[in-house]
Amino acid sequence: MMRSSSLLSGLGRVYIGLVLVFLYLPLVIMAAMSFNASPFYQLPFEGTTSWYAALASNEGLIASTLNSLQIAVLTTLIATTLGTAASLALFRSDFRGKRALQALLFPPIAIPWLISGTAMLIFFFGTGIGRGLHAILLGHVALALPYVIIVVSARLQTFPRELEDAAASLGASRWQTTRKVTLPAIAPGIVAGALFAFAVSFDQFVVSYFLATPGQTTLPVEIYAAIRKGFTPEINAVSTIVILFSMGLMLIVSRFFRFAGDR
Amino acid sequence: MTPSFKTRRRNGLLSALPLLLPAYAWLTLAIFLPLSAMVYFSLLSDIAPNAPSPSLTIENYATFFSDPLYATLLWRSLVLGLIVTLACLVIGFPAAYVLAKILKGRAREAIFLLVILPFWSNSLVRVFSWSMVLREGGILDTALNAVLPFEVTFDLIYSYPAVVIGLVHSYLPYMVLTCYLTLQAIDDALIEAARSLGASRLSALRRIVLPLAMPGMLAGSALIFIPVVGSFMEPRILGGRNGTLFGTVIEDQFTAVYNWPLGAALSFILLAVVLVILLAAAPVLRRTA
Repeated sequence: MMRSSSLLSGLGRVYIGLVLVFLYLPLVIMAAMSFNASPFYQLPFEGTTSWYAALASNEGLIASTLNSLQIAVLTTLIATTLGTAASLALFRSDFRGKRALQALLFPPIAIPWLISGTAMLIFFFGTGIGRGLHAILLGHVALALPYVIIVVSARLQTFPRELEDAAASLGASRWQTTRKVTLPAIAPGIVAGALFAFAVSFDQFVVSYFLATPGQTTLPVEIYAAIRKGFTPEINAVSTIVILFSMGLMLIVSRFFRFAGDR
Repeated sequence: MTPSFKTRRRNGLLSALPLLLPAYAWLTLAIFLPLSAMVYFSLLSDIAPNAPSPSLTIENYATFFSDPLYATLLWRSLVLGLIVTLACLVIGFPAAYVLAKILKGRAREAIFLLVILPFWSNSLVRVFSWSMVLREGGILDTALNAVLPFEVTFDLIYSYPAVVIGLVHSYLPYMVLTCYLTLQAIDDALIEAARSLGASRLSALRRIVLPLAMPGMLAGSALIFIPVVGSFMEPRILGGRNGTLFGTVIEDQFTAVYNWPLGAALSFILLAVVLVILLAAAPVLRRTA
């Protein structure tokens, strides 16, 4: 039995290795191609950094990258604040119809983004809210909210309710209790929720695509336009930078928070 | 947990409202009102959005039912969603099992992070990166021809399989994540008990692990199926002309043809179909939860 289980775990490791190859192969190739001189990805490989140099003078890509970062940061701040507040309120209260109200939080996840995006386009266009960065921000926060609420609520499940009662019985006001007891205890959940919000926004293409205007666009929309036009070596370069940036960010954060959930 | 603490009365809706209101107001503005507007729009006749006095009609829905092309494409999208979801399940569940039950300590943490890391990288970029792998003269083509003694033409780009590969690659981390979370919660002692009572490895897996992991598998499936049936970017980049799906037709109505009322009607039909499928799956979800 010992032998068969070690054989099995060996096979398991090989399998995980193959899955990782599948997940990372195209990314590695794209990064390699961003250093290849041929704009049509011809081999043999010939090294160059000219595509990265070309990026520096590509104003459209730089502007849209800054837009993406700005919207992602704002989305993170707003969605995390609203989501944490709603999670706390749901955690502390109990009333008729609470489950129905909670179910209303899920449409942004349960509806294909294509439908949310086109619906926002129709509504924002028809009401004069219009398209552009403010419309994209409106949409992104709505998409990120459920993720924040799910993650923060999950963390609240492990928070002992009695602590709030104890603080209250010692004379702390509701706000003091929240700020000094509850929020510090669920901080890892809030940070994880904020990370999800950032990822949802920074990665979001579909909704942005329908709400962007030529002057006010985000990086994924700009990349999509370039892919459809067919000229892409600079896109490889900016994509490689974006992937390294977001994965690096996650790696740093993961040093502070355990995601595998080992207890 | 002493019972006396649990007797404390929890707050009602009224005191929860101030903290709840901002989130729900935002969702109303960005989701619920737009969806209502879409339903209204789908009932308008095909004229410019700002034209005066648009007339109400069910013509757009009639278009869907009179032209079999739309139903065919909707079916194609649903089948694609099913194929991608099943592929993610078949590839992702064993990976999650190895992570949760075989790997330990630092190795588990590192590999888990590697598996979910792509979730934080741009999905558009990841889909696009496959076009460099799958095209003729691309990496796989060159590698195969270097290894094999005979000439092969490997050119999957702009094909249905390319779309499936790209989508599976995009959504696999969701399945690994949700399966891992439920698998990790299963007490190893349960499995050991079954084994010591004479259950084979396979029957322990089938009768204990799989039923307990079902919620994670279903959650992962829903998280994958829903976006895939509405996908249009992946089919466009990897499928080319072979990537025409219900999602790409909807996109066309808004960005190329500018028939917004028809696009709204098609969106609403897709939404209805997705909701029906979710409702049909709900009893299964509840039973396993």
